[in-house]
Amino acid sequence: MLRHLVAALLLATSSAAQDVPQAFVGARLVPITSPPLESGTVVIHEGKIVAVGEASAVEIPADAVRHDLAGKVVMPGLVDTHSHAGDVEGGDGSAPMQPEVRVLDSINVRDPRIQKAQAGGITTANIMSGSGHLLSGQTLYVKHRDAKAIDELYIYRDDGTLAYGIKMANGTNSRKDPPFPGTRAKSAALIRERFLRAVEYRDKLAEAGGDTSKAPPRNLGLETLIEVLEGRRVVHFHTHRHDDIVTILRLAREFDFKVVLQHVSDGWLVADRIAASPHVLGASLILIDSPGGKLEAKDNRFETAGILDTAGVVTGFHTDDSITDSRLFLRMAALGVRAGMSRERALYGLTMAGAIMLEMEDSIGSLDPGKDADLVVLSGDPLSVYTQVLETWVDGQQVFDRSDPQDRLYAEGGYGAGQERLSESALRSIVEGEYR
Amino acid sequence: MSRATRAAGFLACLALAGTSVAQVAVRGGTVHTVSGTPVQDGVVIVEDGRIAFVGPQASASIPDGLRVLSAEVVVPGLIDSRSTIGVSGYLNQRHDQDQVEGSGPIQPELRAIDAYNPLETLVGWARSYGVTTIHTGHAPLALVSGQTVIVKTRGGTLEEALVEPLAMISATLGEGSRAGRDKAPGTRAKMAAMLRSELIKASEYVDKRAANDSGKRPERDLRLEALAQVLSGEVPLLVTAHRAQDILTALRIREEFDIPIVLDGVAEAYEVLDRIQAAEVPVIVHATMLRARGETENLSFETASKLVEAGIRTAIQGGYEAYVPKSRLVLFEAGVAAAHGLGFENALRSITLDAARILGIDDRVGALEVGKDGDLALYDGDPFEYTTHCVGVVIEGEVVSEQVR
Repeated sequence: MLRHLVAALLLATSSAAQDVPQAFVGARLVPITSPPLESGTVVIHEGKIVAVGEASAVEIPADAVRHDLAGKVVMPGLVDTHSHAGDVEGGDGSAPMQPEVRVLDSINVRDPRIQKAQAGGITTANIMSGSGHLLSGQTLYVKHRDAKAIDELYIYRDDGTLAYGIKMANGTNSRKDPPFPGTRAKSAALIRERFLRAVEYRDKLAEAGGDTSKAPPRNLGLETLIEVLEGRRVVHFHTHRHDDIVTILRLAREFDFKVVLQHVSDGWLVADRIAASPHVLGASLILIDSPGGKLEAKDNRFETAGILDTAGVVTGFHTDDSITDSRLFLRMAALGVRAGMSRERALYGLTMAGAIMLEMEDSIGSLDPGKDADLVVLSGDPLSVYTQVLETWVDGQQVFDRSDPQDRLYAEGGYGAGQERLSESALRSIVEGEYR
Repeated sequence: MSRATRAAGFLACLALAGTSVAQVAVRGGTVHTVSGTPVQDGVVIVEDGRIAFVGPQASASIPDGLRVLSAEVVVPGLIDSRSTIGVSGYLNQRHDQDQVEGSGPIQPELRAIDAYNPLETLVGWARSYGVTTIHTGHAPLALVSGQTVIVKTRGGTLEEALVEPLAMISATLGEGSRAGRDKAPGTRAKMAAMLRSELIKASEYVDKRAANDSGKRPERDLRLEALAQVLSGEVPLLVTAHRAQDILTALRIREEFDIPIVLDGVAEAYEVLDRIQAAEVPVIVHATMLRARGETENLSFETASKLVEAGIRTAIQGGYEAYVPKSRLVLFEAGVAAAHGLGFENALRSITLDAARILGIDDRVGALEVGKDGDLALYDGDPFEYTTHCVGVVIEGEVVSEQVR
């Protein structure tokens, strides 16, 4: 599989030592899909988790590198379903719907916010363009590997295609002067119009039956929307107000598309409607420290997490980096707990719920054999303010180590933390005066 | 807020003021007095709005009929040492944004008391988490944006909330005061030049106003009068500066004019700790979770800890936010600082006693001592833990919140 090829390539280009199994021993394990183990062992090898269990029940391979983690906590890497790390851009000001635009063509992998996401224990993220359009473009699901170029962050699906979703938005952010919509009803009308065009385009392609002389000319935007209509791409829909949320449920029913509700500030007002929709993969929340800041977020509250979870909605979280800092992602789930969500469901929300919303629940989101070796080593309780992320591992590679001074700079901040990280070789050339 | 809700809130406040006896006893598993050692199984008794007793429950005699609250942890009411709550409203619409006036770069005559809305949603929000005193007013969005005020987070009118009508005058060196295209100040050097010019003008104004011949006195000038209070040392200049070079500019101006300043923000303070320490200038450091970008790109979670370690008097602020969240909470900000080198005790001091000292109100608030205002915040655990709740708030003996937040 391509994903394996990329992983193998990464392994080959970095340290050969990474080919040997790694055993994380003696930590409190939070597997997510099963109850926590007070003293457990995780073994990873070739980018995958190979064993998880009580220390007594897991055999550590003789050649394994052993990490003694007594007193520490190990949990799966965090999944951020909505981030703007990478200095991204999406569609421009020319049109309200631009499905042909790919965020992957704009991501700066050296953005320090990606280093900070690693420092926050985030291993998978959905990087998206903004909410200033009804449809600002294609998103990109990434692994927060150490990378020099965007293709090193790619995730491939089983069919060989890149993993990504579609970013849409309703409410006030996408309301502007023409050609953008000026009202909520116009917003919905423009969306319906474009989706109907995609339906017609799909039908014409079907009629042509592979005969290129009869097929309509290629249309990158409509091709993308066909993927949405066929359920091959998930729509990540920025929405706040209760009526806007219900509008999305209506559109999803009409065009039968899969949707993740993003932000969902008023979700607590329509929790039963969200739970009842077969089109909703989940709700991804941002809990902000105070209500307001914009009209639509005036009723944003920590309680929403527990209310939606209790109503049966798959409930997760996102950073919306830089609206909240990726280094503090664990904190958001803790705020949900502060206002009534159970600890177990909050940790699920940071991991498995996100995996489900990215349709990656078979490969990430929990500590289970066969899943990607994405994990976080914490100094203590994941939901305590006093806990620090000590290490982050992606596909079996350590990408963050708090004891490394460069990594620590991004974790804590300080002079240079706002700058792109220079590679070892670049640093060497500066020290050796290559450019003087 | 609807007119009806506002009216109801106002009536509720009147009712409180009318019927309250301003006395209460608060029991705490741990009572953090801040100025002294914590008291285990302690009690704080408030009578006539002031603290009448602090100590172990075993040695207390709680008067009959006194209302008694209990909580795991009791601390002094929290102080937000630099906020714009009540002036920059939570809806973030033009009608509720009074934190900066765009018509000119230097307007120290703008009084926060003429802008503060004690019924604003974010005032009640901060109160419900234990914040009882806020230093609020004009935002760091102009070279000299206006005045600040100190209030308690209660009351339906300014008068009921007021602690200090003119606390400081807000000045900004850096991006916050950079004016638009072709407007002044457009550069850092211009900011310093304009601020110096205005202080010199104020100094000359003071001299001329003192002329014996009333005919030679200039007309009254509110702007220069406000700055004259800075020059005379009565009112500190609150200087927001993030880059290290801006912090040094602030110190230079302080030295030139021999004026009291309080440094605000200071994202890069760790680069110039010795200079701040030598100048003996107090610091109100940015919210720990402030966004790291632009001139704050190098901010650190550890700055508060480094300032305190260097012996610099330090308070942590909620600060000003232009977007979401519209305000930050000092409780949360101090908590993250506590976990990044500052430690529990120093973090608590930074939002109680040390904040009160910097604001010059430590004779009234910031510690649990007999004779001080009966301002208390009650929690069901370590106040800084994400999952702890604020379970009660008392201001001058009145129970102002019993929400579980």
